Amino acid sequence: MTYFEFLNEHGITLLLGTVTTVKVLVCSMILYVIISMIFGLMRLSKNPVIQGIATVYIEFFRGTSLLVQLFWAYYVLPFFGISLEAFTAGVVALGLNFGAYGAEIVRAGILAVPKGQWEAAHSLNFTPAKRIKRIIIPQIFPIILPPAANLTVELLKATALVALVTVVDLTFEAKQINSITWLSAQCFGTALLIYYIMARFALVPFLRWLEVLAARKVGKEKI
Amino acid sequence: MEMGWRWDFTYEILPQMAIATLNTILAAGVGYAIALIVGLFFLLAQRTPSKIFNWVNREIVEFIRSTPLLIQLFFVYFVLPQFGITLSAWVCGMITIGLHFGTYMSEVYRGALEGVPKTQWEACRALNFSTIYTYRRIVLPQAFPIAIPGMGNYLVGIFKDTPLLSTIGVAELFHAATAVGGYNYRYLEPYTLVGIIFLTLSIPAAMWVRKLERDVNISQGKIKK
Repeated sequence: MTYFEFLNEHGITLLLGTVTTVKVLVCSMILYVIISMIFGLMRLSKNPVIQGIATVYIEFFRGTSLLVQLFWAYYVLPFFGISLEAFTAGVVALGLNFGAYGAEIVRAGILAVPKGQWEAAHSLNFTPAKRIKRIIIPQIFPIILPPAANLTVELLKATALVALVTVVDLTFEAKQINSITWLSAQCFGTALLIYYIMARFALVPFLRWLEVLAARKVGKEKI
Repeated sequence: MEMGWRWDFTYEILPQMAIATLNTILAAGVGYAIALIVGLFFLLAQRTPSKIFNWVNREIVEFIRSTPLLIQLFFVYFVLPQFGITLSAWVCGMITIGLHFGTYMSEVYRGALEGVPKTQWEACRALNFSTIYTYRRIVLPQAFPIAIPGMGNYLVGIFKDTPLLSTIGVAELFHAATAVGGYNYRYLEPYTLVGIIFLTLSIPAAMWVRKLERDVNISQGKIKK
């Protein structure tokens, strides 16, 4: 069987799997961005309780393996009466795990804004809300976007793991086709190529575009 | 089926899990050692004068870096036998982890070498030091502390990615937990134990890396005590 015949027969299945992968990616991306902002701010709180909660959360999710968290969410939570659908469990585990990494990026980004900026905004009598919105946040984005972009590519790669909790994504379909046809080189090779194309020609250009946009906002043409 | 945590079951499976933990540590250690060496090769390939060669090398690194480790594992495990190379799951896993993290490692090395100021090289040239002497006495001692945090982080990273090996049948911790869980149809204790074992190993490791980073920086005079 030539490669084209293989694509003809199984291409659609792989593409459908790719759609699911994109869905998982987008959902978990939204979730992790929200979580990392919340916990990044909590980590900087002066209240020891809030800071403690954030630290425990971050250390816990960074200290255990994503696969363990995924299986825990899918197979163990039903013991406590919480039955999540595979897709939901996957997205939640990915979001919580990457949120912990993202929170550290957000924290470092906020700390990297020079103290003089806070003081200048203060001395110009900006309200606290305006200070954050107009002075600090626009300066945070160019700092946190490059590491966040790396993290997001890692997230795309990590979405492959949801196949192991029976989400029918690209990896799952590739495995499925492999077990039917035993054309391992073709199906896993194609899956690898699709992941590569998604990362290289869609996700990374999009994230670079965001970086340029954020840099322009604070008057830096080049990053 | 009884709900809630069962201590007797926990004690029953604990020895099995402890042995599997040793396998996980072994897998992480071997994978890390391979990654360190593979990273060196990728680094050397990046620094050749041939432009085409550099480009090819960079594309390979990009490809490996932007595709999931899981499918790479499947690829190596299922495809190599088609070409007549039959390797055990252990060997396949170690090769894949070594290759995958080797690309990351080469970036760590590259960043560290580029982190040494160019003037250091120029000074060595002016002092008529040989290239080898420059590397050994001037550049590498300065590059090493820059590389330490990255190298340490990937050690912890590899450790946390070893559960993926269970998908091709390497008998490490996660594999043992799934087996025990499937046998007794109780997943609560095995998976929770896996989580706890990972936490107790990776948090001290991460703290140790942070301390090492600080120590090296202090000895280099970059930060004060």
